[in-house]
Amino acid sequence: MTALPTRHDEAWRYADLTALASVWPIRPQAIVVAPGESASHTLVLSGAGTHVHDITVSLGEGAQFAMHVLNAARGYGRVAVRVTLARGAHFEFGAAQVAGADHRVEVVTEVVHAEPDAVSRQTVRQVLAGHATGNYLGRVVVDRGADGSDGEQSVRAMLLDRGASANARPELEIYADDVKCAHGCAIGELDKDGLFYLASRGLPPAAAKALMLQAFLAEAFAGAADEDRLTAAALAVLEDLL
Amino acid sequence: MLEITNLSATVANKPILKGLSLSVNAGEIHAIMGPNGAGKSTLGYTLGGRPGYEVTGGSVYFDGQDLLALEPYERAAAGLFLGFQYPVEIPGVSMVQFLRESLNAQRKARGQEPLSGGAFLKLAREQAALLRLDPDMLKRPVNVGFSGGEKKRAEMVQMGILDPKLAILDETDSGLDIDALKVCGEGINAIMRRPDKAVLLITHYQRLLDYVKPDFVHVLAGGRIVRSGGPELALELEEQGYEAVA
Repeated sequence: MTALPTRHDEAWRYADLTALASVWPIRPQAIVVAPGESASHTLVLSGAGTHVHDITVSLGEGAQFAMHVLNAARGYGRVAVRVTLARGAHFEFGAAQVAGADHRVEVVTEVVHAEPDAVSRQTVRQVLAGHATGNYLGRVVVDRGADGSDGEQSVRAMLLDRGASANARPELEIYADDVKCAHGCAIGELDKDGLFYLASRGLPPAAAKALMLQAFLAEAFAGAADEDRLTAAALAVLEDLL
Repeated sequence: MLEITNLSATVANKPILKGLSLSVNAGEIHAIMGPNGAGKSTLGYTLGGRPGYEVTGGSVYFDGQDLLALEPYERAAAGLFLGFQYPVEIPGVSMVQFLRESLNAQRKARGQEPLSGGAFLKLAREQAALLRLDPDMLKRPVNVGFSGGEKKRAEMVQMGILDPKLAILDETDSGLDIDALKVCGEGINAIMRRPDKAVLLITHYQRLLDYVKPDFVHVLAGGRIVRSGGPELALELEEQGYEAVA
């Protein structure tokens, strides 16, 4: 695709097309994990401007791949991942998106279970303040004959201010019979009773919010090879936001 | 220590406290008793500064400071502790981390050095032992999966760690079995019965007062204190009911 996408393209529906035009076209990155091998990839988007990543992943039979993303772009940050899973492959995806001001962050995934017995797990956590927008568009496709597929999407967003918004669209497209797929999605605010409880023990508002949100964001990085580093980085961004 | 004068407060525009006055000196334990809907919990939350509890009149001074001008976290740093009737669950945040950060935030506000991890753990273990709470529970998320009794004992452990000047304990006795009631009562005495501290015990029943002997008992009805007396007033209430006494 060389023409700049429009809002009619589903995968670009919530994108910042003006920012996108400044970096278009995007050069896709391809990752291939050979049968039986395992690999991981970590992506941290931070700093001002437009950061757009387009990644295609192909997992061979029994291959394992873990991808973790911290999207804290101060501007427009987008990570699009298309993954194809061969028989028995395992794909683990964790993304935390943290944004304030009028920044826009998004994760777009398409996971295709092309052959039987593959597993995909996606965990996306978003904390949005100010007038920021956080998007997740995630499609899990289970091809005909890909029996024994197991796909999971867990998507949650916390809105800290009235002007912040989150769009979440987990989708399942299943053409096989014997599959296990689950998706959950929730968008909410910090529990006010919880905040008062923490305040009543002496925690100022920013500290109370950070405490409640750090565990929430850390869920995106559970089990990552550099879990501590990513969690600390997410927390640093969060503290700037509060 | 605490001087409440003619305090009025509303919740969702409904007047609940209607000119309540109460004076608490250091070294004293006061019990506030009263029927359901009298405004007991509202008094606790208003003093704690809970959002939604709006003060419409009167004043509250705590150690000479205008309490109502302070944010909830500043009230805590000034030495006020609010024991919740229904302690809130905070998933994903351990008790240890929560309390250490809380204590150090209070110390910072008072210009004191933060307590080290080791010193904090020692303090937390001592206070847990005092309330006979399994110290391993402090590693668990705040109040999550705690039984009713464990939550109340954990509140008292928090009080012991934070070491306030004034504790306002809202129905600490509700949801407790007889043994836990005794443990909590003894905990309150051990932590708070000091010449430089004071307690406001909000309760429906006499039974907690068997363990924590109050110096004064007040009856709260219709949003104000309608009668005050010594410990014998609680016994009279228990025998005759609020309607006959107040």
